Amino acid sequence: MRAHPSEYELVAPGSLPAVLELLAREPGSWMPIAGGTELMVQYGAGKLGARKLVSLWGLPELRSIESSEQELLIGAGCTYTDLRNDPVVAQQFPLLARAASWTGSIANQNRGTLGGNIVNGSPAADSLPALLVYEADLLLASARGTRRIPYVEFHTGYKQNNLAADEIIRAIALQPRFAAYHSYTRKVGTRNAQAIAKLCLAGLGKVSGNRIKDVRLAIGSMAVTPVRLRRTEETLLGRPWSAALISEARQALEAEVAPIDDVRSTALYRLHVAGNLLHEFLEGLFA
Amino acid sequence: MQTRVVGVSVPRKEGVAKLTGQARYIDDLSLPGMIFGATVRSSIPRGAIEDIKFGEGIPWHEFTIVTAKDIPGRNVVSLIVDDQPCLADGMVNHPEEPILLLAHPDRHALPAAVAAVKICYKPAPSIHSIEESEHREVIIWGKDNIFKSFRMEKGDVDSAWKDAAWIVEGEYSTGAQEQLYIEPNGVIAQAGATGGLTVWGSMQCPFYVHKALVALTGLPPESVRVIPAETGGAFGGKEEYPSMLAGHASLLAMKSGRPVKMIYDRMEDMAATTKRHPSRTRHRTAVSADGKLLAAEIDFATDGGAYATLSSTVLSRGTIHAGGPYLWPSIRVHSKSYATNTPPHGAFRGFGAPQSLFALERHMDVVAKAIGLPPDEFRRRNVLHQGMTTATNQVIHDPIVLDQMLERALELTDYHAKVKQFAEHNQTSTRKKGIGLAAFLHGAGFTGSGERYLNALVGVEAAAAGGVRVLVSSTEFGQGTNTILCQIAAETLGLEYDDVSIAPVDTSTSPNSGPTVASRTAMIIGKILQTAALKMRQTLIDSGLLEPTAGREQFLAACQAYRKQFGELQSFSRYEAAPNIFWNDELYSGEAYGAYAWAVYVAEVTVDTSTYGVTIDDFVALQEIGKVIHPILAAGQIEGGVAQAIGYALYEKVVWKDGRMINNQMTNYIMPTAEDLPPIRVFFEEVPYQYGAYGAKGIGELPMDGPAPAIINAVSQATGINFTSIPLLPEDIFRAMTANPERPAESLETALAAEGSQ
Amino acid sequence: MSKREVSFTVNGAAHTVSVYPMERLLDVLRCELRLTGTKEGCGEGECGSCSVLMNGELVNSCLVPVLQAEGATIATIEGLAGESGLHPVQQAFLKCGGAQCGICTPGMVMATVHLLGHTPAPTMEQVREGLGGNLCRCTGYTRIFDAVLEAAGSRK
Repeated sequence: MRAHPSEYELVAPGSLPAVLELLAREPGSWMPIAGGTELMVQYGAGKLGARKLVSLWGLPELRSIESSEQELLIGAGCTYTDLRNDPVVAQQFPLLARAASWTGSIANQNRGTLGGNIVNGSPAADSLPALLVYEADLLLASARGTRRIPYVEFHTGYKQNNLAADEIIRAIALQPRFAAYHSYTRKVGTRNAQAIAKLCLAGLGKVSGNRIKDVRLAIGSMAVTPVRLRRTEETLLGRPWSAALISEARQALEAEVAPIDDVRSTALYRLHVAGNLLHEFLEGLFA
Repeated sequence: MQTRVVGVSVPRKEGVAKLTGQARYIDDLSLPGMIFGATVRSSIPRGAIEDIKFGEGIPWHEFTIVTAKDIPGRNVVSLIVDDQPCLADGMVNHPEEPILLLAHPDRHALPAAVAAVKICYKPAPSIHSIEESEHREVIIWGKDNIFKSFRMEKGDVDSAWKDAAWIVEGEYSTGAQEQLYIEPNGVIAQAGATGGLTVWGSMQCPFYVHKALVALTGLPPESVRVIPAETGGAFGGKEEYPSMLAGHASLLAMKSGRPVKMIYDRMEDMAATTKRHPSRTRHRTAVSADGKLLAAEIDFATDGGAYATLSSTVLSRGTIHAGGPYLWPSIRVHSKSYATNTPPHGAFRGFGAPQSLFALERHMDVVAKAIGLPPDEFRRRNVLHQGMTTATNQVIHDPIVLDQMLERALELTDYHAKVKQFAEHNQTSTRKKGIGLAAFLHGAGFTGSGERYLNALVGVEAAAAGGVRVLVSSTEFGQGTNTILCQIAAETLGLEYDDVSIAPVDTSTSPNSGPTVASRTAMIIGKILQTAALKMRQTLIDSGLLEPTAGREQFLAACQAYRKQFGELQSFSRYEAAPNIFWNDELYSGEAYGAYAWAVYVAEVTVDTSTYGVTIDDFVALQEIGKVIHPILAAGQIEGGVAQAIGYALYEKVVWKDGRMINNQMTNYIMPTAEDLPPIRVFFEEVPYQYGAYGAKGIGELPMDGPAPAIINAVSQATGINFTSIPLLPEDIFRAMTANPERPAESLETALAAEGSQ
Repeated sequence: MSKREVSFTVNGAAHTVSVYPMERLLDVLRCELRLTGTKEGCGEGECGSCSVLMNGELVNSCLVPVLQAEGATIATIEGLAGESGLHPVQQAFLKCGGAQCGICTPGMVMATVHLLGHTPAPTMEQVREGLGGNLCRCTGYTRIFDAVLEAAGSRK
């Protein structure tokens, strides 16, 4: 344990308005902490730059899942366990439920939150490709009010995002339009549990006649942010199955990602396996 | 022989304490006035220390600071060659080398203080591989970078090649492996006002620590006391390293006048302490027309890190095991352990044998394929039988059931049917299946004259509270020492298991039964314990307090009567070598070990060619171990060893950068979880060893030797690719399966080196 | 920064501690309350040795700032055994050889209690998943699985 607890301030204002009021009063001074499964690791390693933290843990406004016909609103403070336990998530957004089930361990799922995962912005985060293909929106709250942005616009660079200094993510909005879609997600990790993804592909698709009518693809751990694979989608749209389709789609995918070599894997492996997962998705889509 | 207590799965002696959270490991202990210590370490692989500055913002006057200058005795971690300093003095030879020590009452204040010590170095050229070391462009140790070398020879190798129908060569390599005990290293040291020193710690070998502390402090041996705490896993990783840490805590305790606790966090433990020696083995094998081994020329090399520590003994065991369980009419093994600028590598379960046996058993499959024999048939034609001689010219007098075990293993795994089935399946499936086997052996106890040199002393005593106590320095770290020694004593004396307890280990009161290593506890210590127990019984008989035919109740009563009359009742016995054991250290020939355990392991795998990941679908571990003393503990040893070896084969890669481990976190050093391991099916055979307790041979390290080659043999069969190196990661399988000359595939190391990335 | 008073229940007993809000719950349990049964194996939420139940949910206490435990009901290994003896999970581990060196055992037992509390008759797959966050280096997990199924009453 490489941090001195006496050097850190942690406050728990206890309600969302109180938290937002603090952030408005001293923008940029207080780092929000939810379940701590990321920040406490940094803290324990002596690498947490922030010295003042404000707790979002357990705020009831953030830890609810509201379902209506139009959309599902997942409070940003919902844990992965909350996601796994929710019947609407399981039924309407299975890729998110799957991703929740392979995030960390049971203990980390009980504390890790979807909002925290998004803000932490690791390109390897398991849930983010699912949010991209489901075209989630984020509700960002501050003392000034709430605004809504497409999730795809949130990450602006490696661990950089669109949050204003006084804002937090309040909820993630998902529209249940994908019941008829073929859905696919696969994570390739260093082992079967508690593994940081080497890569993670999420896909939704619909075939009409023998051609791809709609397709959405997103991938994690292949760039500085999770990536919505629009060029690959364009290559696929309206096409029937063929060997050429697979190889063109692979090439399109390779052109829109930038995997790296790191302590877990290599760029070449990631690229090649990403193509294999894409192939697997397409096989399933046309089956 | 029918036994009552031995052979039964009795409750572990310390089981309840472990299950209720009452067992006290070193970080659970506290002493009044205790302060905390930390280590300032080298950030370069080799060079001179030019300057040490204590940075601003730290109240240095509150800290105890220890450097090499404060060492009262010799600045050495005394082990075999005594080349390793306890604290670097002017020169560093590996990253993370300890330079100075800090202590402070506030545990949390230490990391910032450590970070604030600024050291200026003059870097010197450093070397980071066996190849670099043997090129000798840079000499970092001795005259030639070689810690130790052996030449082991049997028969006339040079004349065998001309008779060979086939000559097959291969080169194999194994990587470093972190022991990854879940409890990191830790000690508490307390210096007494009148010059005594007491150290508690997580450790395997209290008398090793004792010896090292005597050398370091210059204190008389009787003033130094070492007490093992409950130890949370060791696997060799706490064989020699605790001597270093105990030395550090002791120096701080002596200088500060306060008890000092030092506990490594996981990052420090992984980066700074010992790992399994990486190895490279080259095989050249001559085979006759009828598939019999004629000769082998084997070159076995290990990377020992920056100081000699245990490299000579690891090399020794690896050398002796390099020929495996086969009959070699002639064989020559050249082995060397090389110095590199990395933290010294050290003991880890298997101790050189997993390295050389990986190479051998992988090579045997390669040879079998080259000569057109199925892997099992090739083994069948060449395994040792009773009366034959090993690679060290040791005649095995006891029965060897390896051939029967081979048949049984094939049956248990439906081997032949699967080979056929998989060959067909693999033609069309993207999930390739394979099945592989390994046949091997493991010698128990210290090599050659090692046990004579250790001269272990074991005792029993009549306990004040009634019953009998076992007196040893053998430590418990999960493998069941406490339990099996009590079983053996109970069986020998006709007592119940609950009548026998084990005295807490303490160098001031325990007899020195040697280190808890080398799979020697059941076989050797257990045997001496039997002798000591019988001696105690005889003492009672000779005193007239016990009839020779008396049973349990009379025995227990006699113990108390003796104590009442004479004070204490203790009996001791020393190691006695079995007759006709001769070992020639110069020729490296003769009876290397009193007994060998024999094994055949089979692994069934699936290789997913979309992710190149390997899943083990079934694993059978069949071994002959003399006598199963405690069925659950014995099976537990095999299951745990197989699990570690699966990690060794497929998951656990140490990523090095300039001699430093850069994936030194559990997040990035991958050991198998509950979701990664197959059911491990364990089977035992028993051919009693006359000189082992109740026929027992050692089993602790055996299961580390076989899984890696069995698994890689299976993966090679599944993919048709000759894999020769472990750990074998999906990235490696990918690279081999997609090898394209126009687009050279990268390994993790070259990729990282090119990027300079982390 | 100054210390705060934080109150919570541990194994049924109410406690109020004066602590820095960012102290790890693990350290508060071990050092303030002297409940050393919960262990530190990695400090990064990977090994699960520090697992406790917080409001009935399994968490890694090395990752919980103590302030977030305000008002919580915490269960550690020390609270499992009752007046009438060991908890069935503890008994099962003893019977089946589920503990060797014992350092992972408190966390492993708490994870098992948590699993069986949610899933009384788990399949092997559910057992593996339930314990996936608790690393054991000694056992290869085989006998731990046996112990869990034994405790669930479903071991054959």
